[in-house]
Amino acid sequence: MAKITFIASNGSSKIAEGFGGSLMELAVSHGIQGIDGDCGGVCSCATCHVHVAPGDMEKTGPASDIEKDMLELADGADEFSRLCCQIQVSDALDGIQLRVAK
Amino acid sequence: MKESELPDPFAQIRADKGYAEIDDQGDPVTMLLRLKDVRKTAHNYQAFTSETVPGRIVVPSEVSIRNTRQIPFEVDPPMHGAYRAMVEPWFKRPLEEQYQEQLAAIVSGLFTEVAGGEKIEVVHDFALPLQSRALTLLLNTPMEEAARWISWGTHVFRSEGEALDGSKADVLYDYIDAKLKEAESHRGEDLFSLLMHGEVHGRKLSREEAKGVMVLTFAGGRDTVINAVTNSLAHFAGYPEDLERLRREPELVNTAVEEMIRYFSPLTHMGRVVTQDTQVCEHAVKADSRVSLCWASANRDETVFEEPDRLKIDRKVNPHVGFGFSHHNCLGATHARQVMRILLKEMIQNIEKVELVEARDNIEVWGDFHRKVGFHSLQVRLHPKN
Ligand code: HEM
Ligand code: FES
Repeated sequence: MAKITFIASNGSSKIAEGFGGSLMELAVSHGIQGIDGDCGGVCSCATCHVHVAPGDMEKTGPASDIEKDMLELADGADEFSRLCCQIQVSDALDGIQLRVAK
Repeated sequence: MKESELPDPFAQIRADKGYAEIDDQGDPVTMLLRLKDVRKTAHNYQAFTSETVPGRIVVPSEVSIRNTRQIPFEVDPPMHGAYRAMVEPWFKRPLEEQYQEQLAAIVSGLFTEVAGGEKIEVVHDFALPLQSRALTLLLNTPMEEAARWISWGTHVFRSEGEALDGSKADVLYDYIDAKLKEAESHRGEDLFSLLMHGEVHGRKLSREEAKGVMVLTFAGGRDTVINAVTNSLAHFAGYPEDLERLRREPELVNTAVEEMIRYFSPLTHMGRVVTQDTQVCEHAVKADSRVSLCWASANRDETVFEEPDRLKIDRKVNPHVGFGFSHHNCLGATHARQVMRILLKEMIQNIEKVELVEARDNIEVWGDFHRKVGFHSLQVRLHPKN
């Protein structure tokens, strides 16, 4: 099990417990504001954009080239940006913090 | 080649040059063919504007047949964002459970009407009624309205043989005018009423602005949805194993739908007007000339998509631009995705097999390029599952 903290754009935070699937699916099922997941997780819509806490980047790993190309043109993207549909939930992610983009 | 296949006419020139030049009523268009260029150009509204003479960003140009500005489509940021903010929550309603249940009832009802093993013509007997009935949900208007929309035929602006048909557009415009007038004096619960009574930047929309939104809602969601629905039935006729696989693995419905949108690319391309002399794809483009973002070509970009010409229902990473990209990405995508997801789910439940009888291709001509976008008619038998 992994406990993931999502921080919405208005500053409110919510902890979600995940067992599998992607971080996008976890966020949507917990009603995290600002994570829409329009394309269902195929890396086509960028409505699952988050900023990973700098200290947690090691746990999530870097974006793939295809994801990087999407992020390059996403609003407010920085070196901590990820499309969270491209990150699988696993125990290794326990305790990480994600700030919803925008 | 199977009837369901849509060949990619841009493969060679996309790899060689990355763009193609075509004429359109004396106002030529440079079509951009690579995924990266299409994305960058869509993002850069300052150099590539949508806010020009109404109708000019459409190919073939609609400048000579309309003056109404389509909103938010023909408006650039920041005003574009204000319009989008006003209508966005409404267009997200397809995410609600009740909406999806109603849509499922529409689709399964249609299957009951046509799936008896007798011959049907998919475009007119299935896709058009499905598109129209589903639109009553999106607009929140009575189901009876669908009959009238169906009577307009498959194209709101075009009719077979003539690329642009002004008289057809009049029918739509008059209808929308009447509905908006009605909504102005009597506020209902439909999209017409939202537009006449809602506010953007603290003021009400003019009737002309509201009309600009409604025309786009009717036009943008018609051929596109009809082609997506028709082509998916053709696909299952050609690849029955994909229908069987979805039956066994219904969790693939989402990737299957995204892959169909990529492969079908129901909207081939959309234009922009260049605001300053600049370069795209190492090619100089002049101020006031037109470029187009060719979603259909970008979606077959072999540098991004493995085996781009194969429709793989389990394609996991699929950064397609079938619904556009950046600011103007499709406002109707939430609805269109639900229509397609529910169509596949209901197919799994209700249909044993799609048997192809006869197909007549719908082929668009863009300069030297011939692109099959779907079918003028598709005769099949739908064998019900018992
Ligand atoms: C499979 C079906 C559909 C496809 C493939 C599709 C495709 C697209 C594409 C590629 C764009 C981008 C145009 C641009 O960048 O200039 C777009 C925009 C748009 N579409 Fe769709 N569309 C579909 C269904 C619908 C439906 C059902 C509606 C509404 C009923 C709709 C309404 C719109 C609107 C309003 C825009 C303009 C958004 C803006 O400018 O901000 N579309 N669509
Ligand atoms: S959900 Fe669409 S890109 Fe992540």
